[in-house]
Amino acid sequence: MNLPAIQAIYKFEMNRFWRTALQSIVAPVVSTSLYFVVFGAAVGKQSQMIDGVPYGAFIVPGLMMLSLLTQSIANASFGIYFPRFSGTIYELLSAPVSPFDIVLGYVGAAATKSILIALIILGTAAFLVPLRIDHPIAMLFFLILTAVTFSLFGFVIGLWADGFEKLQLVPLLIVTPLTFLGGSFYSIDVLPTFWWVLSHANPVVYLISAFRWAFFSKGDVGVAISMGMSALFLALCLAAVTWMFKTGYRLKS
Amino acid sequence: MQPIITISGLSKTYASGLAALKDVNLEIRRGEIFALLGPNGAGKSTLINIVCGIVTPSTGTITVDGHDIATDYRAARSLIGLVPQELTTDAFEKVFNTVSFSRGLFGLGKNPAHIEQVLKDLSLWEKRDSRIMQLSGGMKRRVLIAKALSHEPKILFLDEPTAGVDVELRQDMWRMVRRLRDSGVTVILTTHYIEEAEEMADRVGVIRKGELVLVEEKAELMRKLGKKQLTLHLPEPLAAIPEDLADHHLELAKNGCELIYTYDTRGGRTGITGLLTDLAAAGIRFQDIDTSQSSLEDIFVDLVRDAA
Ligand SMILES: Nc1ncnc2c1ncn2[C@@H]1O[C@H](COP(=O)(O)OP(=O)(O)OP(=O)(O)O)[C@@H](O)[C@H]1O
Ligand SMILES: [Mg+2]
Repeated sequence: MNLPAIQAIYKFEMNRFWRTALQSIVAPVVSTSLYFVVFGAAVGKQSQMIDGVPYGAFIVPGLMMLSLLTQSIANASFGIYFPRFSGTIYELLSAPVSPFDIVLGYVGAAATKSILIALIILGTAAFLVPLRIDHPIAMLFFLILTAVTFSLFGFVIGLWADGFEKLQLVPLLIVTPLTFLGGSFYSIDVLPTFWWVLSHANPVVYLISAFRWAFFSKGDVGVAISMGMSALFLALCLAAVTWMFKTGYRLKS
Repeated sequence: MQPIITISGLSKTYASGLAALKDVNLEIRRGEIFALLGPNGAGKSTLINIVCGIVTPSTGTITVDGHDIATDYRAARSLIGLVPQELTTDAFEKVFNTVSFSRGLFGLGKNPAHIEQVLKDLSLWEKRDSRIMQLSGGMKRRVLIAKALSHEPKILFLDEPTAGVDVELRQDMWRMVRRLRDSGVTVILTTHYIEEAEEMADRVGVIRKGELVLVEEKAELMRKLGKKQLTLHLPEPLAAIPEDLADHHLELAKNGCELIYTYDTRGGRTGITGLLTDLAAAGIRFQDIDTSQSSLEDIFVDLVRDAA
């Protein structure tokens, strides 16, 4: 393991985050507040409680997950795509670093950023609605597991994409819909049977459910299943990254 | 002494089917300056990029100071600094940070004093806090050199370091390369400027259409270059060179209208006086005289043209 290299990549990526701190931090705070205004005020007035939790608080885990997923993917995919695009990847390829070092640096930084943003959202929400976290350790664990998994997924996208459009394609066409339909803003138990069954094919449902359980001790599906699904997805992404580096896919000619 | 880089049976066919390198065998000696010459698309960058780990070879093996670049890549790459042909930089980064980043990437601990020295040597110290995008092209080139030197490489690859660089900076670079060589660094550079190879290199390699067609000591090349030709234009053509003049190894050209005499400028005696005396004795008169000297450029152009 090349520790100074991992540190260098991590620091480089985090610098990019701080350089654009205003966008990085202000944007999620503003958009979260907007969600609260729209959903919390408009929707929440009629349906005050879900599973014994005030609606405003109920949507917090979902909102955090929404940001966690999109930010992890966006940060990690851009982080590795950009050097490929600009050509500065030459330095990474010619350096005495293993694929593992590279992944650790990029994915570590992307996960850190998205966790920071999720925590900022949590902080903002705590100001606006009464909040409780029943299982803080589990909450942090899920936060980190999800951030790492989806940063890794983003890294795969960043390696695979051969244009800026493709970079946007997966998040826009797959991740955002899945997240919105994943029970961010409602309990999937309220859905008609057909949609309820279909929802179980949506991996994001498991993430949000487990995360919500960490807050309120209540979730749509079992925590163990959620963890199993996350671990499986993590393993898949790891396998993809390993294969890409082994074959030099889209990295070397 | 064991060569610092050994390339054997190296070939590269790109996914497009283009054979960029064909069975290249080359040994780079420890501490030398090696200049790789060749026309556009000859395969110079491909060769360098394979040694540095950016392009995967199709066949062949390469060892760097005894370390195989495929199986022992960490040890091999730690020794190498690369200045790529393209000006690829992180536009938003600051000069000092980007150079420090490179050092970290190569597994070395922070050493601000070394970075400072490198930046000063390259006249970049005043620009240390500038973002790279604010620099001129020549300065960006120097930043790339600073990045390559940040991790104190034993081998430095310079892929057309002086393309688009003004005369003054070019001379700075030559000085820098010599200083590096004096400190024991092996330098491999590619260039289109023959005079650069003439000026800098210990050995010269010429690559043409993916094949290494010549590898020679520059001194040896220069010895060949030391040859000068004296051409005598005759008023009436000669059918053959008279017996009496055989010792001068003359050649006839232009249907006997020209007599060509080849001599070494660095020899103490050129033999011109003797030749002229003997010509007069043989009754050969001439209208005009001119002399010419073939340069490395001529040799290079000849080599490259042979392929076409
Ligand atoms: N990634 C690639 N895919 C396909 N062909 C390539 C690739 N890179 C280079 N080539 C081709 O390989 C050949 C050798 O290219 P290379 O860049 O090594 O030449 P070069 O000697 O460095 O030329 P120049 O003096 O222009 O820099 C060229 O014909 C080029 O078009
Ligand atoms: Mg080139």
